[in-house]
Amino acid sequence: MLAYVLHLADNALVAGHRNSEWTGHGPILEQDIALSNIALDLVGQARNLYQYAATIANDGSTEDSFAYLRDAREYKNCLLVEQPNGDWAQTITRQYFFSAFQQLYYAALKGSADKTLASIADKSLKEVHYHNKWSAEWIIRLGDGTEESHRRMNLAVNKLYQYTGELFEAAHYESELVKENIAVDLRTIKEDYYENINKVISTASLPLPGNTFMQTGGKTGLHTEHLGYLLAEMQFLQRAYPNANW
Amino acid sequence: MTKIETDITLIKNILGKIADPELPILSIVDLGIVRDITVNNGIVEINITPTYSGCPAIDVIDLEIRATLEANHIKNYRLIRSLSPAWTTEWMTESGKQLLKDHGIAPPLPLQAVCETEYFQRDEAIACPLCGSYNTRMISRFGSTACKAQYQCNECLEPFDYFKCH
Repeated sequence: MLAYVLHLADNALVAGHRNSEWTGHGPILEQDIALSNIALDLVGQARNLYQYAATIANDGSTEDSFAYLRDAREYKNCLLVEQPNGDWAQTITRQYFFSAFQQLYYAALKGSADKTLASIADKSLKEVHYHNKWSAEWIIRLGDGTEESHRRMNLAVNKLYQYTGELFEAAHYESELVKENIAVDLRTIKEDYYENINKVISTASLPLPGNTFMQTGGKTGLHTEHLGYLLAEMQFLQRAYPNANW
Repeated sequence: MTKIETDITLIKNILGKIADPELPILSIVDLGIVRDITVNNGIVEINITPTYSGCPAIDVIDLEIRATLEANHIKNYRLIRSLSPAWTTEWMTESGKQLLKDHGIAPPLPLQAVCETEYFQRDEAIACPLCGSYNTRMISRFGSTACKAQYQCNECLEPFDYFKCH
């Protein structure tokens, strides 16, 4: 159970942290604020989940110790969310692939037999609707925009599509909880997911990526090299000045 | 009224004076952040809910409730934070919505009118809080805080915040 809640929390935190890297660097003020707001929502979701994980662990762990004092191998986020920001097209595509997933996932988790997870899902889902709409509209606008924006969107979709497969591969800690009706059965949302994203990719007049090899491993702690750099920056303060507070 | 009912009314009045840190024109009662107040065996239980998961104001609100209760010599209390049912703009009081409008922020529309999920679907027209015109446009879906979007009036050109329906 602890591993499962940490997996959900890590997904939200790493996705949120990546978006927060745009704060102060957005192409225009409104979009800088939009990404910062999405980051805020995601980090907030992560906090709710880490706080719940701390009560399950019941060993003195806190939301902060989970976020700042675990190394990459202990992080259970999917590979998609740790991918670098790249250009605007890659950031938007990563966000859309993830929001489209979270939208179906939280809607299903609302029915979880675990009341705390169900209420966190209920709360988070409302925010994810906005993230999904915002990122999908950018994909369509840019894919169907100029020659250059089309080229970049096409590259981004092809680069990140290989990380979508992992979203639907159940980790060992999920399978047991699915039987108890606590975790979401990923098979029930997979078809809708690809139908939704394929529709947006087509509307954006982009070619659908064909059958491709899918990268996996993040959910069990085997990450791409990028997560280590992300954690190095995010955890620096707590590592260098333990228990620093402000 | 029984003693307990008197206590609850009194506490509600006290909490109704606590301003939201990000929207100081509204109280935490106007915003619907205070969900429930009960008294059991002399212990006051106050149930609060955050507006958005990442709302940074919730910790400050928590602190202000504690400080206010202590200042009013209420020592036996318990603060409960609940996420479900999830906060919605439907819980905002009518006087709260009027206060927003008076201060240049368009209040949220009733829930069923918006929350359209189709891409590029325009939300129902938002009235300019300054001149009242419905000829307005959305500049950005995200605004100065998580709960607001940015709009501009095409008539009087006033840029304004719209408190998103949620």
